[in-house]
Amino acid sequence: MYKHKVLPFLLLLPALLILGLFLYYPQVDVFLLSLHRVALLGARKVFVGFDNYRNLFTSPEYLHSFTVTLIFVMGVVIPGLAISLGLAALANQKIRGARLYRTALIWPYALSPAAAGTIWFFLFSPVAGLVNYFLDQTFGIKPDWFGDKHLALFLITATAVWKNLGYNVIFYLAALQNIPKELLEAAQVDGAGAFRRFWKVTFPLLSPTTFFLLTMNMIYAFFETFPIVDIMTRGGPGDATNVLIYNLYRDGFRFFKTGLASAQSVVLFIFVVILTLIQFKALERRVHYGA
Amino acid sequence: MAHRPVSSRRYRRLRRLKKIAIHLALILSILVIAMPVLYAILGSTQTTGEAYRYPPKLTPGKALIDNFRKAWNLGLGKMLGNTFLVATGVVIGKVILSILAGFAFVYFQFPGKDILFFLVLITLMFPLEVRIVSLFEFFQKLKLGNTYYALVLPFMASATGTYLFRQHFKSIPKELLDAARVDGAGPLRFLFQILLPISWNTVGALAAVMFVYAWNQYLWPLLIITTKEKQMIQVGLKMALQAEAGEIDWGMAMAATLLSIIPPLVVFFLLQERFMRGFALSREK
Repeated sequence: MYKHKVLPFLLLLPALLILGLFLYYPQVDVFLLSLHRVALLGARKVFVGFDNYRNLFTSPEYLHSFTVTLIFVMGVVIPGLAISLGLAALANQKIRGARLYRTALIWPYALSPAAAGTIWFFLFSPVAGLVNYFLDQTFGIKPDWFGDKHLALFLITATAVWKNLGYNVIFYLAALQNIPKELLEAAQVDGAGAFRRFWKVTFPLLSPTTFFLLTMNMIYAFFETFPIVDIMTRGGPGDATNVLIYNLYRDGFRFFKTGLASAQSVVLFIFVVILTLIQFKALERRVHYGA
Repeated sequence: MAHRPVSSRRYRRLRRLKKIAIHLALILSILVIAMPVLYAILGSTQTTGEAYRYPPKLTPGKALIDNFRKAWNLGLGKMLGNTFLVATGVVIGKVILSILAGFAFVYFQFPGKDILFFLVLITLMFPLEVRIVSLFEFFQKLKLGNTYYALVLPFMASATGTYLFRQHFKSIPKELLDAARVDGAGPLRFLFQILLPISWNTVGALAAVMFVYAWNQYLWPLLIITTKEKQMIQVGLKMALQAEAGEIDWGMAMAATLLSIIPPLVVFFLLQERFMRGFALSREK
């Protein structure tokens, strides 16, 4: 290893400068802002202590947004991972054209949430959409996807799941390919059927990947799905799809309640910190057990 | 072989049936997954009149070129160029900063190394959205609102990238460094003449993942870019959906969407193997 007094710091300087200026500084600043009432686009700041937080957690609108987000995140993460695991298990079979199948399953990863939003908006649109035409033909119904509260929430959830399938399948496929063949063969010799082998051998061995994907999908559902909501429902109808990040955007950049929006940022930040700590703890345990 | 339960002919037939079932299930899944995009392609060929016909017209129309032209003229063409510029800037910045940082962490001994590495790595978990209010104010104060600096600078440092190169450099045999030192190569010559030429795979992996990431940004450009001429393609999609007299021009909107997804898809298909590698590497913590 090189021993050099200045060079390593010079090499790190650009990265640290960027992180300090655009990550650490704003992160501290947003906390300070959350303790102020900000008027005239930041021109005037009045210290108000934890008033913004008090206002947030007594606001029925914000608490509703919390509930909506909880349902949305659960709806994105659990079915999303279950479907992805199923698809990955299928694509992991030894069959002809396996590589082609894999590519055909994961390409939506490259799509943006915004594009996913416009495409599903079209697909489910009342007149031009294929889905309502199909439902009308087969069941004689034309659901009002964007006017009904539950349907709208369901629709943005489904769009978000679809958009992230590719990402999840990539990781599950990689994990499946790393499972030692001997273990599965041993289970087969012991007389375990395919289903039992999957639940008793494969699934537990996948748990580090499942856990990693659980975290990444939660972060995705909390933050990266903003374009889907903005394009398809704008938080509506009513506040039915007003997830936390959308509420933050509305308060901060449409109603210009900077202090209140900052407090919401801090709440989300704390959530991410907790998620990170859990992730680190889980990794530690994995190291200890040597799995 | 010990457990072959039935006669081998029946066994073979069962196995073939199972394979066919797997093929069918996969083909069905692929079709269901692709269906929204296929319908978008169909939509991009239709005129407004055709898109609003009920029952929908399920055969291609003749307005494909027209729709793409309309989308392009709406400003999407310009936005494609803008986004390409910004995404390239982000990728180049990230790769350079990550290489330098990864190099420092692996090949140097210096005080505070562990804490600095921790400070870089921990940022992996903090999405831009949890500081977007203050970041916005900061860029306004710097008078850099509505500039590409605002779109590139905050994304230049990368915990993923630093980590990726750290792992890559660690996997390179120590003998290489020893040999270089015997030959009298200083750290910078070692980096540029010996390490870099054997690191292009890692560079490709990071570049592919980061290009798609930068290309797909939506919320930050929506806030910080205020003129249409400088806007990014993802925000352009929202503009393309803006209803004219209550009617969305679906053909044009779908053409715009396809325009926006072609570049990242091309990158994805060309660099698919690199993608997998990039992901696999970034996952090993």
